[in-house]
Amino acid sequence: MDSAGTVDYIPIILVFLVGVGVASAMLAMPLLLARKRASKVKLEPYECGVEPVGTARERQSVKFYLVAMVFLLFDIEAVFLIPWAVVFPNVLHDPAYSSFRYVLYGEMMLFLVVLFIGLVYVWRQGILNWTR
Amino acid sequence: MTDLFIEWIIKILVIFGILLTAVAYLSYMERKVMGWIQLRKGPNRVGPGGLLQPLADGLKFMFKEDIIPLQANRLLFALAPMLFLVPAVMTFIVIPYGSEVTLFGRTIALHVTRFDVGLLYVLALASLGVYGIALAGWSSNNKYSLIGALRSSAQMISYELALGLSIVGVLIQSGSLDLVKIVEAQGGWHGLKWNVFLVQPFGFIIFFISALAETNRVPFDLPEAEAELVAGYHTEYSSMKMGMFLMAEEFNVITSSSVAATLFFGGWMGPGVGTYPWLSIVYFLAKVFILVFVFVWIRFTLPRFRYDQLMTLGWKFLLPAAILNVIFTATVMMLFPGLR
Repeated sequence: MDSAGTVDYIPIILVFLVGVGVASAMLAMPLLLARKRASKVKLEPYECGVEPVGTARERQSVKFYLVAMVFLLFDIEAVFLIPWAVVFPNVLHDPAYSSFRYVLYGEMMLFLVVLFIGLVYVWRQGILNWTR
Repeated sequence: MTDLFIEWIIKILVIFGILLTAVAYLSYMERKVMGWIQLRKGPNRVGPGGLLQPLADGLKFMFKEDIIPLQANRLLFALAPMLFLVPAVMTFIVIPYGSEVTLFGRTIALHVTRFDVGLLYVLALASLGVYGIALAGWSSNNKYSLIGALRSSAQMISYELALGLSIVGVLIQSGSLDLVKIVEAQGGWHGLKWNVFLVQPFGFIIFFISALAETNRVPFDLPEAEAELVAGYHTEYSSMKMGMFLMAEEFNVITSSSVAATLFFGGWMGPGVGTYPWLSIVYFLAKVFILVFVFVWIRFTLPRFRYDQLMTLGWKFLLPAAILNVIFTATVMMLFPGLR
């Protein structure tokens, strides 16, 4: 099978449909087979047997938000790293680009060093420290 | 075009069938191994040697009452297990199970499809799994579910960084995101060319630890810890929706093991695949099985991490280690370009 045809992406849709179909069948089975005897106690949110205190929609800690933000920054870094990593060995082993390889290497190392300094900064700020 | 379509459908259905059985029997294997590690036998009553235990468990899940709490967001509550399960399943179409075999006069390559960015597709689906957990915790209308879901999401995204960066190390070696090419680049030298030996031993360790955290397995399973958060994000779930969460976790284990086997252990490579292409499936399955066994082994050996220890490991150790791994690999390749 040769690669890089648009037709090769169709199995994604196929497997998605098969997956959703199987998952829906699994969700639908208890509707047919299981019994339904709702009682007030069963419908309450579970809080180890006591009456629930407060709603579940209260404010949560901001640490999760900060972690997500920092994750976003480093994920963008990974997004830049992956195409570079795919190109890098091909340029290294191609004699027509013998001087470009140093530029390729140097630029990405600079990028990584800058991001490493960013990680150290985030570390020193304490964002990574108090996530319980 | 039609026979291409038929080929895809047959491959997807065969793989699905094998996977669903494998997931069910993974839970059986886990309980048996748990038993032996704890100096007792695992399930051995249901069927010969306990082999029908997964069937009994599946039937139990289907017959239990499906309780949806009162103020829960019903649509999201039902959707969340599907959002967790379907991306885990969709990964399998790009993983190469074997080299090409000839069957009924056709040469069939043993992967459902092959595109240039196969590895990126796998990473993207791993990221989508976080949605299922976050929505499960939110829609349950239960404080403990929400906290468990937030913790689990934070854990999963933190370790996804280390996962992605450890894969970059492999990419620098292979020069392609295509999983089939990555496997083929690991052939030869009687197995010494596998990425785990020569090239990326640290890459594999970082990948494996990140995979343990991504799949919420011990020692990283605090979000589902029984004593701390009731049951974390799947507290309010019952019956088949709960079954789907558990099944999706096992699916994730198999997916992570398959990707690790493909990237680091040479996929289907092994002695004799040139002359007997069907052997390649045997080698692939053996490698995946061994990695899955290591997942299970670790589960019943190590105690659970505290949440701040978990996040410290992800951000302060694994992420710098992964970045240094990339820098080191690139430098070594730069200095010794003949070392392909």
